Amino acid sequence: MKAPVNVEIALTHIFTRKKQMLIAALGVTIGIALYIFSNSLMKGFTKYSRNEMFKTMPHIKVFKEDEISKPLLASANSQSLTVIRNPRMTTLSKSLVNPYALIKTIQQEKYVRNVTAQVNIDFFYSNGKTQLKGMGSGVNILEADAMFSIQSTLLAGSLQDLAHNQNAIVIGKGIAEKMNVGIDDNITVTSSRGVVKNMKIVGIFSTGNKSTDEQKAYLHTTAAQQLAKESANYATDIYVSVHNPDSSLVYAAKLQQIMPYKVEDWQTTNADILATDKIRMIMNNVVALAMMMVAAFGIYNILNMTISQKLNDIAILKAVGFSGKDIIKIFVTEALIMGVVGTLIGLGIGAILIEILSRVYIGKPIGYFPIYYNLNTFLVGGSFGLLVSLGAGYLPARKAASVDPVEIFRK
Amino acid sequence: MNNKKIILSTKNLTKYFHEPVKFKALDSVSFEVYAGEFLTLVGKSGSGKSTLLYCLSTMDTTYEGELFIDNQKVTNQKTDELAQLRGTSIGFVFQFHYLLPEFSCLKNVMIPALKLGKYSHEEIEAKAYQKLALLGLQDQALKPASKLSGGQQQRVSIARALINDPKIIMGDEPTGNLDSKNTEIVFNIFRELSQDLGQTIIAVTHDNDFAKASDRTIELADGQIISHRKVYE
Repeated sequence: MKAPVNVEIALTHIFTRKKQMLIAALGVTIGIALYIFSNSLMKGFTKYSRNEMFKTMPHIKVFKEDEISKPLLASANSQSLTVIRNPRMTTLSKSLVNPYALIKTIQQEKYVRNVTAQVNIDFFYSNGKTQLKGMGSGVNILEADAMFSIQSTLLAGSLQDLAHNQNAIVIGKGIAEKMNVGIDDNITVTSSRGVVKNMKIVGIFSTGNKSTDEQKAYLHTTAAQQLAKESANYATDIYVSVHNPDSSLVYAAKLQQIMPYKVEDWQTTNADILATDKIRMIMNNVVALAMMMVAAFGIYNILNMTISQKLNDIAILKAVGFSGKDIIKIFVTEALIMGVVGTLIGLGIGAILIEILSRVYIGKPIGYFPIYYNLNTFLVGGSFGLLVSLGAGYLPARKAASVDPVEIFRK
Repeated sequence: MNNKKIILSTKNLTKYFHEPVKFKALDSVSFEVYAGEFLTLVGKSGSGKSTLLYCLSTMDTTYEGELFIDNQKVTNQKTDELAQLRGTSIGFVFQFHYLLPEFSCLKNVMIPALKLGKYSHEEIEAKAYQKLALLGLQDQALKPASKLSGGQQQRVSIARALINDPKIIMGDEPTGNLDSKNTEIVFNIFRELSQDLGQTIIAVTHDNDFAKASDRTIELADGQIISHRKVYE
């Protein structure tokens, strides 16, 4: 029914110094709230830029890597000659052999969500005298949409038209502006293989990435194959999306074992971006750590002060039967109470800040402020706050426990 | 003093102070205290009487020789065990009251018993009221300790010393800060405790009248016992 006497004494100390203790607790509050808030901001930003990246980049890509000829052909026997020559690229075609059979194999893997073949080609757009360099992706637009959610970037037109019409094209916003064309206008496409096709614009998209918007177009697979002067069994890349993009590295290694071509995951392709993310996270945590240290110092300070004011009390408690451990318990309890109060308020303020910011609309193409949090952030923040308070309480408490009562009584 | 049970004894208790220079504060002090005895320690300033009391109190452990309380050797026990021993067997009254200012008088009296944890909260509260009543303070029980007069505070601190019914009550100049009226009250309480409840009192004092009225007075000089004056023998 009643709290143990150690806790009771600790609570009394707290209640008779409400203001000072609250200020010390608020130090923890600010530290925790800031940690949670900045951590969520960082995670939100990372998640947002990942999603942006995945709008144009597959989780895993299967393609034919360029091959370099061997510089040295050693002689097989004494009769034949050794050939030395300059190494050079020997890839004549980026074509994958029988890509649709490969897709079927890939689809059987459990971790795979979507697979689609791409016929990527370089070409020029022309409209009258104007010419613009571009690149086209010949895709099954519905499959591609499932992977990259192209529909969400569409400003005008419809993807359905591309699925049904072999002469249709969906172009980036930048191309439409530069070529001064719109929906239902025609645009001429000239491929590097010399094939010229007159195509009808059925859609215009904007990814938010300027260079993509000024170059990229989606075509029907057949049209792209024609532009490349290739057969209906031709594809340059197979794009794979998986359920858990963070494990792409592992999946790519698995796929590599069953694929005759190069398999590359987005993490390998974008090692630089990942490194930046990591450094940003470390920086964020270091700042949070520094804040917590300041907060810990606040608790340390108030406890130190309390203890030096309460030497008499500590001495009499020791005289009437309190052990050193009891004294430590009393002051650590005080620190923990401050820590718990500060942490709880901090978690609350952190949550409120996140809630407010996530409702801020900052306009297209970002939409609502990208902020992401999970229980883990709160758990880490909370336990960190408690741990720091515990440490900040223990040091002065130990000093209190070593007070020699005789010295106090004989003064 | 028919029943001469020894409650506390020392054997060659010797203590040095090292600051500022090495100095022998107690020199082979050996004596015995009997259960129910009202013993006073007297001596000039610097004679070692307070030093002796704090060695007996178990709070000062840096002495040579041996100390026995209730037939148990106390010397070299661990500090936690000593704290436990103080809680159960020794009550303290100092020149200053050392009450915790944030707590009520009642709570101040209860704290040692709450720490000991032998009785329930309700029982301890009832007992604390009883001890306060013994000292004529039942009306002040719920007042904050800091709101009482000096004499009253000293009586509360005596009630605190009594709460665990200790076998020994030690006082370091318990009446040093009190006027003659309050001194008399305190003396009478001590008298009652030793005579009626069989508790042993060991008190350091400067007050000659106080010492004369006790059962026995040990006088110290230069760290040595120079006289035992026994009233009852």
